[in-house]
Amino acid sequence: MRTWFGLFPNGLSVRAYKVWRRNWDVYQTTWQINFLPPILEPVFYLLAFGAGLGTLVRVVHFQGAALSYVAFIAPGLIAITIMQNAFFENTYSSFVRMYYQKTYDALLVTPLVLEEIIVGEMLWGATKSLLAGGLMLGVVAAFGVLSWPDSAAILPLSLLGGAAFGASAMCFTAIIPRIEVFNLPIFLFVTPMFLFSGTFFPLDALPQWAQWLALALPLTHLTNLVRAASLSHWDLVQTVVGVAYLVVFTTVCFPLAIVLMRRRLVK
Amino acid sequence: MAEQVVVRARGLTKRYNGFTAVDAVDFDVGRAECFGFLGPNGAGKTTTVRMVYGYSPITNGLLEVFGLDIRASLRAIKARIGVCQQENSLDPDFSVLKNLEVYARYFDIPRAEARRRAEELLDFVALSSRRDSPISELSGGMQRRLVVARALINNPELLILDEPTTGLDPQSRHQVWERLEELKARGLSILLTTHYMDEAASLCDRLLIMDHGKILVEGAPRDLVARLIGADVIEVADPSEAVMDVVRERGLKFDLLTRRLLIYATDGEALFRELTRRCPAGGCSLRQATLEDVFLKLTGRELRE
Repeated sequence: MRTWFGLFPNGLSVRAYKVWRRNWDVYQTTWQINFLPPILEPVFYLLAFGAGLGTLVRVVHFQGAALSYVAFIAPGLIAITIMQNAFFENTYSSFVRMYYQKTYDALLVTPLVLEEIIVGEMLWGATKSLLAGGLMLGVVAAFGVLSWPDSAAILPLSLLGGAAFGASAMCFTAIIPRIEVFNLPIFLFVTPMFLFSGTFFPLDALPQWAQWLALALPLTHLTNLVRAASLSHWDLVQTVVGVAYLVVFTTVCFPLAIVLMRRRLVK
Repeated sequence: MAEQVVVRARGLTKRYNGFTAVDAVDFDVGRAECFGFLGPNGAGKTTTVRMVYGYSPITNGLLEVFGLDIRASLRAIKARIGVCQQENSLDPDFSVLKNLEVYARYFDIPRAEARRRAEELLDFVALSSRRDSPISELSGGMQRRLVVARALINNPELLILDEPTTGLDPQSRHQVWERLEELKARGLSILLTTHYMDEAASLCDRLLIMDHGKILVEGAPRDLVARLIGADVIEVADPSEAVMDVVRERGLKFDLLTRRLLIYATDGEALFRELTRRCPAGGCSLRQATLEDVFLKLTGRELRE
């Protein structure tokens, strides 16, 4: 059990935190830039979709309630931000550190072991989602479309969603040969989710088979949960299924990322 | 009492994808010794040192560092060594000083102590004036010195350097050498790989030459030269038949290259006087035998790519 069924042959120590801490230190030196996207993005989207598209789509019927279009897409935008922050952190940024900056090589000759580096990186990916989700929550709240106190649940959801998308991103990072190849998971995994996870329109607008397909995507579940929180409109089954899906998805991707990374880096 | 052997390898083997990079090598690195690994590209020297610093798992054999088995005590060993890898791995997101401070954290060195050591090491590698510079503003030589400083942050008992001066200009190389000599004088055990024979000859107490994953020869640089080449080398450009006759008559050791003859001799001076009489003016020169002669003799002269 000490090796977690062989996943951590050298044990997993709190040193993983030091990898997280390194990234946090870098984040702090560039925080002005890091803060911009999660603050500006929702403003742009809500203006474009709320003021622009919202004049065409005045009311959205969602789970028996009638909502303004802005109130409908605001949680969708938060869910997208949660997905993107962890996913881009653990794909492009992690790849740059691993491949170009040789940060992992430098860490591997300290008492840290590879598994701790990967765990620290994934924890950092989840943290990026939490930070961006939190910032965005504040901005969206200013539009007065969030219901409180339930919307506070979006913070732990940011962390859970960040863990899920960060761990899956790390799997891609472990197997792609060149940085350009990230286009594949972006276009085949992230972009379809961005559009078809109930983010911009209710899923019941889709044919039944497409609704089932959408349920296979992690972002659908994250969007459902964030929307339930933002509207204080909790459906028990949907909530349980959503949380369970994200937990299982993370539990599968997390060890997979470690195994794939070991295969890539241990020579 | 501290063990006298810092690194002990017996039958050390590394195979990947069916290729044997290191083939059952035996060697010992002693305390306070500077030990060198020489060999052409692909000889297996980097793979060997990577196993010693725990980067590559060993396939077979025994490898002990500080008397500890590398497989059983990986972390404990890594905490006590300092490593300069071949490729630059400085953190471009941090300043010079911060690079050292963040690195200290990986070794559980408390903050105040880390700062004190970082300042001291920057002084040691003459980078104090650059403490707040970003890494991108440092020259190649400065970056390499900073990597050396970083490798010393945990007060290691063994310093491992993989091609520490490759790609540096002569001034920078000498600065790195000076630092290493200073560390050697303080009693630090050093293990290095290099392509430069002058570097190996001047820094290393003992060295080994590897090729195709095997050790060809091991010993003190001077002894190796004396044993395998002799004291002197006479180089003859475009040797005439008369010169070749002398060489063959006396059964001298020699190498005939395309346009050059190398004669290895223990008393080169007498022979040199005789040859200059018999060969056309200017084409003959006498020099001391070097480690490079040993290296080329053992590993051949064809290119390795």
